[in-house]
Amino acid sequence: MSYIRLVNVTKRFGDVTAVDNLNIEIGKGECFSMLGPSGCGKTTTLRMVAGFEDLSDGEVWVGDRLLSSPKKHHYTPPENRNFGMVFQAFAVWPHMSVYENVAFPLRLRKLPNAEIEQRTKDALTATNLLKAANDSPADLSGGGKQRVALARALAINPDVMLLDEPLSSLDPHLREEMRFEIKDLQRKYGFSIIYVTHDQSEAMALSDRILVMKLGVMQQIDSPLDVYNNPKNKFVFSFIGVSSFTDVVWKGKDAYIKGSEHKLPSGLIVPERMKAEEMFNLASRPTEIRFTNANDPNGVRGHVIRKAFLGEIVDYLVKIGDQEVRVQIGRRDPGPEADETCYLHFLRPFWYKVNE
Amino acid sequence: MANGTIKKDSGFGIAQVILFISIAILVIFVAWPVLLILFNAFFVEGNFNSMDFYKVLTEPETFQALINSLIIASMTTVGSTIVGTFFAWLVTRTDLPYKTFMKSLFLVPFMLPSFIGALAWKMLLSPHSGYINKWFMATFNTTEPLFDIYTYYGISCVEVMYLFPFVFIQVCGALERMDPTLEESARISGAGLFTITRKITIPLVLPSIMSGALLIMLYSMAHFGTVAVLGIEQGIYNIPTLIYEKIHESAGSFASIRTGTVLATVLIVSAACIIWAQQKVLSKGHYQIIGGKSFRPMELKLRGLRYPLLFFCLAYIGFTILLPTVVIFMVGGVETYGLPLTWENLSLDNYKYILFEYDVTRDAIFNSVTLGLAAAFITMFAGVMISYVIVKMKVRGKGILEFLGMLPFSVPGSVIALGVILAWSGQFGINIYNTVWIILVSYIARYMAFSLKANSAALEQVHDSLMEASRSCGASMWQSLKDIVIPLVRPGMISAFFLIFLPALRELTVSIMLYAPTTRTIGVAIYTLNEDGETVMSTALAGIALIIIVLGQMFINHLTKKASE
Repeated sequence: MSYIRLVNVTKRFGDVTAVDNLNIEIGKGECFSMLGPSGCGKTTTLRMVAGFEDLSDGEVWVGDRLLSSPKKHHYTPPENRNFGMVFQAFAVWPHMSVYENVAFPLRLRKLPNAEIEQRTKDALTATNLLKAANDSPADLSGGGKQRVALARALAINPDVMLLDEPLSSLDPHLREEMRFEIKDLQRKYGFSIIYVTHDQSEAMALSDRILVMKLGVMQQIDSPLDVYNNPKNKFVFSFIGVSSFTDVVWKGKDAYIKGSEHKLPSGLIVPERMKAEEMFNLASRPTEIRFTNANDPNGVRGHVIRKAFLGEIVDYLVKIGDQEVRVQIGRRDPGPEADETCYLHFLRPFWYKVNE
Repeated sequence: MANGTIKKDSGFGIAQVILFISIAILVIFVAWPVLLILFNAFFVEGNFNSMDFYKVLTEPETFQALINSLIIASMTTVGSTIVGTFFAWLVTRTDLPYKTFMKSLFLVPFMLPSFIGALAWKMLLSPHSGYINKWFMATFNTTEPLFDIYTYYGISCVEVMYLFPFVFIQVCGALERMDPTLEESARISGAGLFTITRKITIPLVLPSIMSGALLIMLYSMAHFGTVAVLGIEQGIYNIPTLIYEKIHESAGSFASIRTGTVLATVLIVSAACIIWAQQKVLSKGHYQIIGGKSFRPMELKLRGLRYPLLFFCLAYIGFTILLPTVVIFMVGGVETYGLPLTWENLSLDNYKYILFEYDVTRDAIFNSVTLGLAAAFITMFAGVMISYVIVKMKVRGKGILEFLGMLPFSVPGSVIALGVILAWSGQFGINIYNTVWIILVSYIARYMAFSLKANSAALEQVHDSLMEASRSCGASMWQSLKDIVIPLVRPGMISAFFLIFLPALRELTVSIMLYAPTTRTIGVAIYTLNEDGETVMSTALAGIALIIIVLGQMFINHLTKKASE
């Protein structure tokens, strides 16, 4: 099943290790996203796959073709990799018409004219650009330019499509639309996608699997659902979705949220591995907390310091001890008022060591 | 444009007064002299006469000068464009060693006044007495010189050496700012480096190349110094040198003034065409090629050629900059021109003499420095005011000013000189001909463009809301100008000051037409001493001028560095 393989891929810039010993296998027709904050090495990884960066160590394979391997002194330049790539800043050539932009890679392959015309038209049709074929890219909107970039990448019918934050330059509405267009095109053409983004909803919506990276190190590779529901570590938990971390300390045998006089309720069970920690974190997502009453064995006592009505949801900031927790409930759900005492039921608590 | 709204509370009177003063400055210093030239070119005894214009233009002498200007300007433009583009590509898109250092080296020719360079090349390559030719003929026992600098080729080569940075800077800028993903996406599409360069990179930077080339064309057409130094010996005149010759040989007779005005008209028209073409190229071809986040653009690996090319660049700099400079200082140190350049023959006597004893050169240095300071000071302030009206003020009649503000950019130096002679030598009540004042007036006209450019760039950075915020805090318009706008545009003003002061120090084209025995400037003194056969004194003064220019440039670099920190 694995089609694209990154084996022990490492990239060093001087003393800095930008990508550290990365191993990835991506299937044919899979949409694989690399997600992480800026500087995490996701773009560098993509550029190594594209061939714009040398590897310091490791190998990149596509199918049975070895593309890069410093050890074997092998390097296929980008122009011979037969990939499609779309960049954040569109990179549509302003001195060529839309048609010429899309036909350019085909002309380079010295195809017969009739075929160039046919395939250019197909790519333009697939991206809804046929009407604008003779326009200058300068006359197109941001979304239009990005469609040209997509069509250009599609025209050669690539095995692999590399997308480097292709939607970040678009406004939010267009971004959502283009997201599904890319997905449709993939279904139609069947290429594999490697998608780099820092926008998690984009990654969630598009991907079969997500790689979360931090400082060049792989944190987790899983399906979007698993990354969200079962984050492997504290970083992944905090990076995906909105999260609150509260400090918890031991006083004798009982766990207390830091600064609180009330020990944690019996329903909230601290895992064994935290026993040796002096302080650790209770992690939660705002939507996975319910308000409950004083009698609930899961109820953690707190104090509402802010309540804000945001339309669909109501957003709370609750103080427990000297810690703060975000809570979000539906607008029709019952909840306390500002400055009231309340009880929180953590539906899906996660426990992390402080420096995990 | 002109129908902008008038801010009701901003003092209608004051705005009008400022606009009026701005228009008056540009009219008096720039428009009026130019109009006088056009008038004199087309009107004979008060009647319009285009036939006479045509007649003067087709006189063999005038026509030849026209052709010469075209030939030299074309060769210079082509040469500079090739040289400038090649070096720009080398320092931005290859892995040439010490690239940043090399880049700054390629900007050094800007500092060297080209007529001083021409002087040096005359001493090196004049067919029979040039040092290189003499050495060549002696070594190879021949009477044929290696290279004759007194030719179209010689003149163009020297101009290329000192003008190519115009293209170099433009192309470097474009290549550096260009979004690297434009080239990367071509690469991933399957294009090799050569195809990318041909199909993507060059078309995208073509507007910058063209705009630099047109600048050089404009400059070279109207360039006096190099042609005057190298061409006159063989009778090669271009438009500015012929204007100069006409005015000087017949002491301002009507016929020569007319020839001058006709030639100047040709210059004005060609300058206007060039400027128009440049605007066109820039607006039409100015692609949005500046990208978002960017990795470094890919570099061509020169491999085995790295060090040979570095050596080539260094040799080029050594040959075009170092060699002439060394020659200037050495010839400035010998007793009489023609003595071998050996240590025994060198001394500092000439330098001492021209600095402390020789009236001509002492006056010249004093004149140039005071004229430069005065012109820089006046033009800086006039430029701030005019740019302020153009960029910031909403006042009726601004359109006239915008048009007038374009003029200084397109009027070449020799045209200004001639126009100033027509306007200020008594026909209109004021006669300042043969005084320093006429030179000052012409400097103001000549350098107004620099001041307008620097100041309007600075003013465009100051957002209107800053001024509005100050007004809303209760400051008057004058207070806001004084406390908000002026401090913010001060860097622009300072750079305008030096952009004027330094070139004024070495100015030749205008001063040469306007000087009187006591009002020589450094440039004029170098040129006339050389013409009078005082080669050694002229060269020593050129050496002093070079030192002043380099020190001045270093001072500016220091200032701008500090300002940008």
